[in-house]
Amino acid sequence: MSSTDLKATSPDTALISAIRAGDQTAMAVLYDRYSSVVYSVALRVLGETSAAEDVLQDVFLQLWRNPGAFDASRGHLGAWLAVISRNRAIDALRKRKPESDIEDVVLSVAPDLVSEADRSRVAAKVRAALVMMPAPQRTALEMAYYEGLTHTEIAAKTGEPLGTIKTRIRAGLIALRKAFQE
Amino acid sequence: MSGHEQFAEDLALHALGTLQGDERARLEAHLESCAGCREELSALRGDMAALAMSTAGPKPPQRSRQRLLDAIANEPRLPAAVPGRRSRFNWWAALGWAAAVAMLVVVIQLRRENYFLRESVVNLGALTTPQTLELANAQRVVDTLTAPETQTVTLAASKNPEPQGKAFYLKNRSGLVFVANHLAPLPPDKIYELWLIPSSGAPIPAGLFKPDAKGNATVVNPPGLPAGVEAKTFAVTLESASGPHDAPRGTGVMQGAA
Repeated sequence: MSSTDLKATSPDTALISAIRAGDQTAMAVLYDRYSSVVYSVALRVLGETSAAEDVLQDVFLQLWRNPGAFDASRGHLGAWLAVISRNRAIDALRKRKPESDIEDVVLSVAPDLVSEADRSRVAAKVRAALVMMPAPQRTALEMAYYEGLTHTEIAAKTGEPLGTIKTRIRAGLIALRKAFQE
Repeated sequence: MSGHEQFAEDLALHALGTLQGDERARLEAHLESCAGCREELSALRGDMAALAMSTAGPKPPQRSRQRLLDAIANEPRLPAAVPGRRSRFNWWAALGWAAAVAMLVVVIQLRRENYFLRESVVNLGALTTPQTLELANAQRVVDTLTAPETQTVTLAASKNPEPQGKAFYLKNRSGLVFVANHLAPLPPDKIYELWLIPSSGAPIPAGLFKPDAKGNATVVNPPGLPAGVEAKTFAVTLESASGPHDAPRGTGVMQGAA
């Protein structure tokens, strides 16, 4: 087995430690592990490949420059990177400076996301939950999530009351949680 | 919902980054003092992560990988040590282990720093979160070096020249500061790794590091160290730089019982 193969099986925490020590190979392994999810969410938000590539580059460069921003208490690394990618993509979409530092992002994810199989299983459950969700709820959630619209903007676009939009967005997120916790 | 019900919907909007104005300011003020709502915010971000990870799409083009690798190759970093903290300890390492008095000076200085940090935390409640996190990290370093319950472990090797290490470990906050000197230069493709060997269970990786030209190195609060682990021994091994680094496989360099 080559050293690259060995690195490919290394846990995230070991790779982060290696990155802190300046190990560029460890960075490449993490990129291979999580670039698809980081790129996919950025592309979904921005709808344009070169802009999504810029977000992809930015997210991993932030990790390289500041690997100490992530520790195990911040959640699973892939999930953490995915949320940062979404937030950076929304910032780019709305043409604003990054509103939050990567160190601000702390998340807890109940399901086990360590293996690729685990991540695929969770993704399938979440997609199923989105399909089953009432259309107005899914629309409100997706407008907030993928377009970064405020509840005021969504209410103006849909003609629904503000309170209804707020309720639908939260209910949508909670529905996803229930789905992946099953 | 582990937080307050009246903030439930605003928490969801805040997780999404779409809460604005007074509502956002009011919620952020509440979050400062409500662990339950902070926990719920983390859970909502976990929900966001699940949605992000379910987003299907093509793989990024191969050029993106090369672009990243080129970029990080142009941003080489000194290994292991945290900038700023390294300079704090270099002079101390240079004085050598015999300078116990110097250590006392450091402790006094850090206690003063601790006092001023506490003052700062109390008085500057409006600090931005990154600043707060940096202060918290600095506080953890200070606590690790000054708390009465901190375990101080000296590691020594049996051969000359004798590398030495000192570990300051605050188990309940997973605080660990490790300082070493007289380390031999690393052979090609090798790296030093620090281990926390618990009273029971497998050794826990506690950081990879490379010595500087004078043989000095520091490790400060390595990521992923679980809190509350009872340490039996700290040890340093010489490992393959390419890993894996999840369990000791290389040769022992030094160790010390806690």
